[in-house]
Amino acid sequence: MSDIAALQSEILAAVAGAADEAALEAVRVAALGKKGSVSALLATMGKLSPDERKVQGPKFNGLKDAVTDAIAARKAQLGDAALDARLESEKLDVTLPGRPENSGTVHPISQVLEEVVAIFADLGFGVAEGPDVELDDYNFTKLNIPPDHPARQMQDTFYVAPQVDGASHVLRTHTSPVQVRTMLKNKPPIRIISPGRTYRVDSDATHSPMFHQVEALVVDEGIHLGHLKWTVEQFCKAFFEIDQIELRARPSFFPFTEPSLEWDMRCDRSVPGKITFGTGNDWLELGGSGMVHRKVLENCGIDSSKYQGFAFGFGLDRMAMLKYGMPDIRSFFESDLRWLKHYGFAALDIPTLDGGLSR
Amino acid sequence: MKFTLSWLKEHLDTDADAATIGQRLTAIGLEVESIADPGAALKDFIVGEVVTAEKHPNADKLRLCSVSDGKDSLQIVCGAPNARAGIKVVLARPGTTIPASGDVLKLGTIRGVESRGMMCSARELLLGEDHDGIIELKAGAKVGAPVVAALVDAGLLANDPLFDVSITPNRGDAASVYGIARDLAASGLGKLKTDKVQPVAGKFPAPKKITLDFTPENKDACPIFAGRLIRGVKNGPAPKWVQDKLKSVGMKSISALVDATNLISQDRGRPLHVFDADKLSGNLHARMAKDHEQVLALDEKTYVLDSETIVIADDSFARGIAGVMGGMDTGSFEDTKNVFIESAWFDPARIARAGRKQGIISDARYRFERGVDPQFVLPGLELCTQYILEWCGGEASDVVIAGTLPPPHKPILFDTALVESFGGIKVPRERIIGILQVLGFVVEDHGDLHVVPPSWRHDVDGPADLVEEVVRIHGLADVPSVALARSSAVAAPVLSKSQRRSRTARRALATRGFNECVTFSFIARDQAKLFGGGDDARQLSNPIASDLDALRPSVLPSLLAAASRNAARGFSNLQLFEIGAAFDSGVPEAQKTVAAAIRTGNAERHWQKGGEASGLFAVKADLLAALEAITGAPMSAPITQGAPGWYHPGRSGAISMGPKVIALFGELHPKVLAAFDLKVPAAGFEIFLDAIPDTKSKGKAKPLFAPSPYQAIERDFAFVVDAKVAAGEIVKAVKLADRTLIDTVSVFDVYEGKGVPEGQKSVAVAVRIQPKDATLTDGEIEALAQKIVAAALKLGATLRS
Repeated sequence: MSDIAALQSEILAAVAGAADEAALEAVRVAALGKKGSVSALLATMGKLSPDERKVQGPKFNGLKDAVTDAIAARKAQLGDAALDARLESEKLDVTLPGRPENSGTVHPISQVLEEVVAIFADLGFGVAEGPDVELDDYNFTKLNIPPDHPARQMQDTFYVAPQVDGASHVLRTHTSPVQVRTMLKNKPPIRIISPGRTYRVDSDATHSPMFHQVEALVVDEGIHLGHLKWTVEQFCKAFFEIDQIELRARPSFFPFTEPSLEWDMRCDRSVPGKITFGTGNDWLELGGSGMVHRKVLENCGIDSSKYQGFAFGFGLDRMAMLKYGMPDIRSFFESDLRWLKHYGFAALDIPTLDGGLSR
Repeated sequence: MKFTLSWLKEHLDTDADAATIGQRLTAIGLEVESIADPGAALKDFIVGEVVTAEKHPNADKLRLCSVSDGKDSLQIVCGAPNARAGIKVVLARPGTTIPASGDVLKLGTIRGVESRGMMCSARELLLGEDHDGIIELKAGAKVGAPVVAALVDAGLLANDPLFDVSITPNRGDAASVYGIARDLAASGLGKLKTDKVQPVAGKFPAPKKITLDFTPENKDACPIFAGRLIRGVKNGPAPKWVQDKLKSVGMKSISALVDATNLISQDRGRPLHVFDADKLSGNLHARMAKDHEQVLALDEKTYVLDSETIVIADDSFARGIAGVMGGMDTGSFEDTKNVFIESAWFDPARIARAGRKQGIISDARYRFERGVDPQFVLPGLELCTQYILEWCGGEASDVVIAGTLPPPHKPILFDTALVESFGGIKVPRERIIGILQVLGFVVEDHGDLHVVPPSWRHDVDGPADLVEEVVRIHGLADVPSVALARSSAVAAPVLSKSQRRSRTARRALATRGFNECVTFSFIARDQAKLFGGGDDARQLSNPIASDLDALRPSVLPSLLAAASRNAARGFSNLQLFEIGAAFDSGVPEAQKTVAAAIRTGNAERHWQKGGEASGLFAVKADLLAALEAITGAPMSAPITQGAPGWYHPGRSGAISMGPKVIALFGELHPKVLAAFDLKVPAAGFEIFLDAIPDTKSKGKAKPLFAPSPYQAIERDFAFVVDAKVAAGEIVKAVKLADRTLIDTVSVFDVYEGKGVPEGQKSVAVAVRIQPKDATLTDGEIEALAQKIVAAALKLGATLRS
């Protein structure tokens, strides 16, 4: 039946030639519509004899299927082409900027404090806090610094104007009054660190009138100088994240500790503007420490015949400067956006012992 | 405290070099600030020998020399007239830094001839002014060796390292070269070798008497005062060795009489005063000053004293502030003929107080307030007598003494086991006793030790001090480190709730693009006044600068000042925050911890348009996000219109939980912005972290998850309402129309203008309805809608047609 074959090839040619979906629809209607050529041919089936139908039926259906499939395939092809054309027309310049969003930062002081807290938390130290405006008694007298003691000259103190009741308070010169408050409130065993803002009347290239300290206090039975040494060593090693750190303790004096010692760290400063730790011939001062003075324990209501304790204190700003290579303490408090972004830490860089204190 | 190695060796017999001594000083608590080695700058120079010296072919005044460096001969052009064959010279080779110029020597060509080094003059090495010729070293100098030894040999360099040691306030005994030698000797480095001071016999009775005129309560102000007169002295310059010695530690030479006291002060830690006896009227008295009594001191300033200050007076007037500074009118000068030497012991606390009160810093105060050795009152007087007689001639009177030496220190009961249980190191008992004895302590062994500190140690008054002495001399480095016991196997959390809040707020704000600042807690008073502060109670008595004189009542002014500084640098679009202290008054209890933030600037320009300026709703979103982070739950606390005066009165609000305001937010008042010279919009907020109530813990388990199986539906309502009615009121009213079915109500449009009557607005809300038990029928939904409309009507809101 060359009629059928001819019709099929004629329709398939039309399908292939349909340029768009409308033209294809026209071909479909012309072939498969009620009055279409294929429909007309199918309509002749009924007039055939059963034998002829057996022969012709499959051929007729084959034609119908071929045409239907061809139209579907062409339709998909045209659809893809149309989508491609649309997508091509929707092209954007990806080099244009996205929605502006500021990237926030965490101040180095906050970051370094979290590092310090992470280390001490693992050693079982709580974090104690106290007010910046402090009683003279807590800042000095209870710490065994009576009025007119030469040690008061070690710390140039800011005084707050006299209050209505005549009382005159100070801006704390160290965070040691927090230790006093802790000992007055709690009974041993005590393990705390006390971080915070501290103030001294001092302003030059290496001093700022406000700075930050973190102190540690342990009071318990049987605490001795060896525990102090171990704690300082472990802390410094963990904080600086260097194994080959070398520390030196030397005898010193603080009114609130006895014996008192200061800590230095070996460093190399032979290359200007660069510090390398654990090597070289220089020593860098880290902070002070000692066994809590018997009078301080007793001033704070702790039985010094039963309990012994140690304390040490470091400058937080100084620790940040050393670890992260920041040259000038004064710039910490200037809020220069460029500095904040340069030395600040990413919002989600949270220091942990498991993940590491720093990147 | 400064001293040279040679000075130290006058008291200490040791072969140790400067570096070893320095390390030991630091190890025993006398911290070395620096050791200046005068030979250090010359370490690269060597001894050279001029082999030949010919005339330079192209210059009459220059010589062409061949100089041996011990191995090779170098060709050097030299202009010095004394450059000649056979002399030993100071040779600098290329690469050596010349001290006078600081330049590094290079290979040079002089008048067409190459020069491979330089022979140096004294001036070029900073060893003197001589520049007429090059240095000629002694013939025995070893060619090729470092030049320092040869320079010392030639008398051109005093190779005497200068120590600068920082003395802690407790160690008055170490404020002298002798005291430092004594401590070093105790540590085993060398032997103390100073002879006892021999007394000088008086030739005549002292014509002046001394009295101690104190009431009983001030009796301990000056327990002993000794003196003597020397007549017929001739004041002038001190001997050269004295001048050189004082200069070597940076002290000025003034006159023989003054230098004698300064030398003894530095050498032996004994301050003295030399009066011009002819200017004193009558006898000498130590007493407390009268209130408002005046003294013209040696620094030519007049000091007004009070009754807590000790003075040395004659029969007429106070003539000096005892232990601090002598008086001008009775001082020793060029024409002084007869002198009276004062040597006394004063109570350290009273000296410290007087010095601090008068603001006088002097060598005498420095030593007296740290405590000098009372046993050296008389030897000091004798030593001074010897010097004056030797340097100025004259004749000494008998010594007069008022009072008696203060009693020796009380014995301390010392259990030697404390060295291990407190000092953390096991030291044999004999060694403990030995250390204490070598330090001058008198030790009696009665099972427990009875230990009497030496007269020069005023800082030792308990067993802990003795442990310190033993440990510092035995060696702090040897104390073994001992681990602290872990208080729990797995470290327990340590942060308080408020500490966690601060942390969370910090990270939340940084995540939203804010840059954290840390600023001073004090600001300018004028700025404090804008934020409800600036009162007298929050002023500093001694501010570091006049614009940092007030405790800040709020963190916002600090941030605005920071924004202003950044704007001046060309950065106006900012997001800054700080978590820190603000002060309600000047007492410890009046401090609060505040998280404050600001946004400043206009919307960042973007090619797609539509950014947001630093306005109310930007900071409101920041604030709510921060509060959600802090509390761990969506913020449902009521928001009220209005905030204190530093905010825009119509564009600010407050959030309260219970009775407490936990946060303020809004655009900042234009006057405030003007005060900070900010020319761009700014809005901000303050969270009062301490005011946020604790959430009650209901255990760790969360409530069971029970989602409704029925689909939620959303219906929109547009109401027309008086423009003054807050959108929040409408939302609240709608929500309360049916508490079980209405899940959320959100405002999605607010419109005023055409189509809405004057003075009214249209507020459109989307209501999300969540059926709980069964799908709602049309009738039920309609009924709910009626309830919503009725609820809104109570606020005067009608459904917009």
